[in-house]
Amino acid sequence: MLQFTKLQVIGIAILVSLGILFSAPNFLSEDARDNLPGFVPKTKINLGLDLQGGSYLLLGVDTDKVIDDRLRSLMSDIRREMRPNRATDRERISIDNLTFDEDANRVSFRPREASDFNAARDRIRDLTRGGLGGGLGGGLGIGARPYVVSEDGGRILVTITQEAERYYSTEAVRDSIEVVRRRIDPAGNREVSIQPQGIDRIVVQVPGDDDPEALKAIINRTGQLSFHRHDPTVGPTDVANGLVPPGRMVVPFAEFEGSGAPPLVLHEDAEVTGDMVETASAGPNADGGGFQINFAFDSRGARRFADYTRNNIGAVFAIVLDGEIISAPTIQSAITQGSGRITGSFSALEAAQTALLIRSGALPAELTTLEQRSVGAQLGADSVRAGALALIIGFVAVIIYMVISYGRFGIYADFALIANVVLIAGMLSLMGSTLTLPGIAGIVLTIGMAVDANVLIFERIREELRNGKAPINAAELGYQKAWSAILDANVTTFLAALIMFQLGAGPVRGFAITLAVGVVTSVFTAYVLTRLFAGGYLLSKRPQALAL
Amino acid sequence: MFLKLVPDQTDIKFTRMRFTAMILSIALLIGSVIALFTLGLNFGIDFRGGVTIEVTDSEPIDPGAVRSVVGELGLGNVNVQSIQDFAGSDEAIVVFVEQQSVSEDDGTDIDLGTANENAQQAAATQVQDALRNLLGDDMEIRKVDVVGPTVSGELIRKGVTAVILAVMMMLIYIWFRFEWQFSVGAIIALVHDVVITLGMFAVTQLKFELAIIAAILTIVGYSMNDTVVVYDRVRENLRKYKKKLLEDVLDLSVNETLSRTVMTSVTTLLALFSLAVFGGEVLRGFTLAMIWGVLIGTYSSIFVASPFLLATGVKRDWSAAAAAEQPAAP
Repeated sequence: MLQFTKLQVIGIAILVSLGILFSAPNFLSEDARDNLPGFVPKTKINLGLDLQGGSYLLLGVDTDKVIDDRLRSLMSDIRREMRPNRATDRERISIDNLTFDEDANRVSFRPREASDFNAARDRIRDLTRGGLGGGLGGGLGIGARPYVVSEDGGRILVTITQEAERYYSTEAVRDSIEVVRRRIDPAGNREVSIQPQGIDRIVVQVPGDDDPEALKAIINRTGQLSFHRHDPTVGPTDVANGLVPPGRMVVPFAEFEGSGAPPLVLHEDAEVTGDMVETASAGPNADGGGFQINFAFDSRGARRFADYTRNNIGAVFAIVLDGEIISAPTIQSAITQGSGRITGSFSALEAAQTALLIRSGALPAELTTLEQRSVGAQLGADSVRAGALALIIGFVAVIIYMVISYGRFGIYADFALIANVVLIAGMLSLMGSTLTLPGIAGIVLTIGMAVDANVLIFERIREELRNGKAPINAAELGYQKAWSAILDANVTTFLAALIMFQLGAGPVRGFAITLAVGVVTSVFTAYVLTRLFAGGYLLSKRPQALAL
Repeated sequence: MFLKLVPDQTDIKFTRMRFTAMILSIALLIGSVIALFTLGLNFGIDFRGGVTIEVTDSEPIDPGAVRSVVGELGLGNVNVQSIQDFAGSDEAIVVFVEQQSVSEDDGTDIDLGTANENAQQAAATQVQDALRNLLGDDMEIRKVDVVGPTVSGELIRKGVTAVILAVMMMLIYIWFRFEWQFSVGAIIALVHDVVITLGMFAVTQLKFELAIIAAILTIVGYSMNDTVVVYDRVRENLRKYKKKLLEDVLDLSVNETLSRTVMTSVTTLLALFSLAVFGGEVLRGFTLAMIWGVLIGTYSSIFVASPFLLATGVKRDWSAAAAAEQPAAP
């Protein structure tokens, strides 16, 4: 039990050295780390947002709305499919009662003539067979169908499949992540983390001292930009009486634009939309006061905008962002160079934010903030100081207590304890895991509980000595007989940590990780390392009596 | 020579105290359950939703002024607390605002769930603006936590599931390593610890947050650890003393492991007290729960878990077949 072969000793030495090697990068400066040769590990423990300051946002993606949008566009596809087409010799099929059942995610209609039923159904089958909506078939895999067509007493029912729902939802989450990334990290040089969670959630973590309010303001806006024709024929009295003709909409001005200007009546169909805008930037207003937004269309947008402005000189058009008019200029001349500017009474910040929104593109669905946790850098620094202080004092207290309780063996246990902390640091660095304040608490607690294994062993050795065993024999038996209890005790703590990890958001998870890692490393240091020390002492000195 | 909190050889008749212990435990349990039902737990925003904002300023902040300014916003129940940190000498003010609820659809196309989530965010913004108005721009917002109804509901579910799952896993593990009588005793002790810890939170009205669930899970692990060490010794002594009265075997086992039990509790408590005193405000609730849990867990493994073996009656014949189960040391 107390004998170690050379190979075993080397193995133990290598393990401990690895712990030192992996934990070393944490104590080096940024520059020193960069200058290390390639084979030396460079990963270090990341400080959690609660220690370095920063914001954690949990966002919900409105995937239901994405599915709704799909089905609504399917309705107009169905309508178009029933129209005549001279090129393919297709005749008109009159349909009734085209409805959308939001709960069942189903669109249904009835051909007016029963004789048209089969023809209508065949057309819908062709329409919904793969490839719909821009390569859905490809994304879903071969054979997967986005819609199921069925019949129910003269009605044709088109239901979206579960696979398609999941596909569209994931796609929306993926696209949202891209848009959010472009918004909060436009230059791509920040350490922001944006991750999907579950089917319809996004976790955004931004370290640093940013204002979380500004962060939310820029994330939570959809950023839907469009250019609309103004309809001067509908006056304010008509609007007040609710007389808005179909195909028109009433849109208010954004708060920072005209002070109290009445809403405008606009054509619902947009002339140009935000996805045709290639770039946008903020700059000082060329005509004096305030700031403006410069933008440029892609080639498709440039062509459409040129056509539109050429034919409507003198008319008013409106630039609408998320349901609010941000500018409503009069067309002075045809704009053919494919770029333009939005002037308004923007402040510098508003102009910059709006330009960023336009540049980053629209979110596929609205994002709702479900949870926010922001910690200022100052509190983070205070927490680091408090955590470090508690760690050192707890550590020193346990070390002293072990020495006064067990003497020489207490010192062995203390070496094991130090090795344990080094191994925990090494493991955490190796995993590149995040250290949170509860994580530090986990380490402090591990220090208190890690000596348990040694306590079990030492108490057992004392018992054996009392029973008249010789020192070496007693130590052998102590290590042997304590093992079963050590194993059981650590497995139970490990199980608890495992469950905590499953439970955990952020900080709690950090605690679970350090606790679990600490349990594993402490079994090694307390059971193997101290035995190496104790064995070395006992076998070389062969003491007649053991001070324990 | 060395510091020994427990003398080398003790012979305390723990099983004789089992009726006293039982009365004490039952009283604590009943008290806890009554406290839980009458006083209830003081749930933090993790489980109840709402807003927590912590601010500091260069000058001391008057909590009364903050209370009245935030109160005027009409956000329902507002609680203002001032905290003093050991590490940072400056005082901070913590504002809690209860979860906002939008009772009916406001006619827009935003659904009720989303409107409720947005209401929390709006409240957080309002409170921050009000604080900025009151304290000026040089105040420092140290912390903002906003939890909406969806997340708080999930955290409650997850927390409860985690604790139940942990207890179940311990039950299965002990069953697997010992036999069912042990497993039942260990679980009774665990449930005892968890309920009395919850009771402590109800009586003291300390904030019950997600970190407390983590503390309870750690207590479950710790208490189990303690119980297992005693049981391990019981099993060993049952093999050794085949004729001895079960009562005496239990007493012997608890006495033999007593100095270890005390020793480990002390080292763990040393670490915990260090955290409680120096670890800052954020960890305080967690640490207090743990300290309490260590005390209760130690008590329960001595006075609840082992006497319970008397009631269930364990197997006395640990012959070769049973001995083979014992794991070998590496």
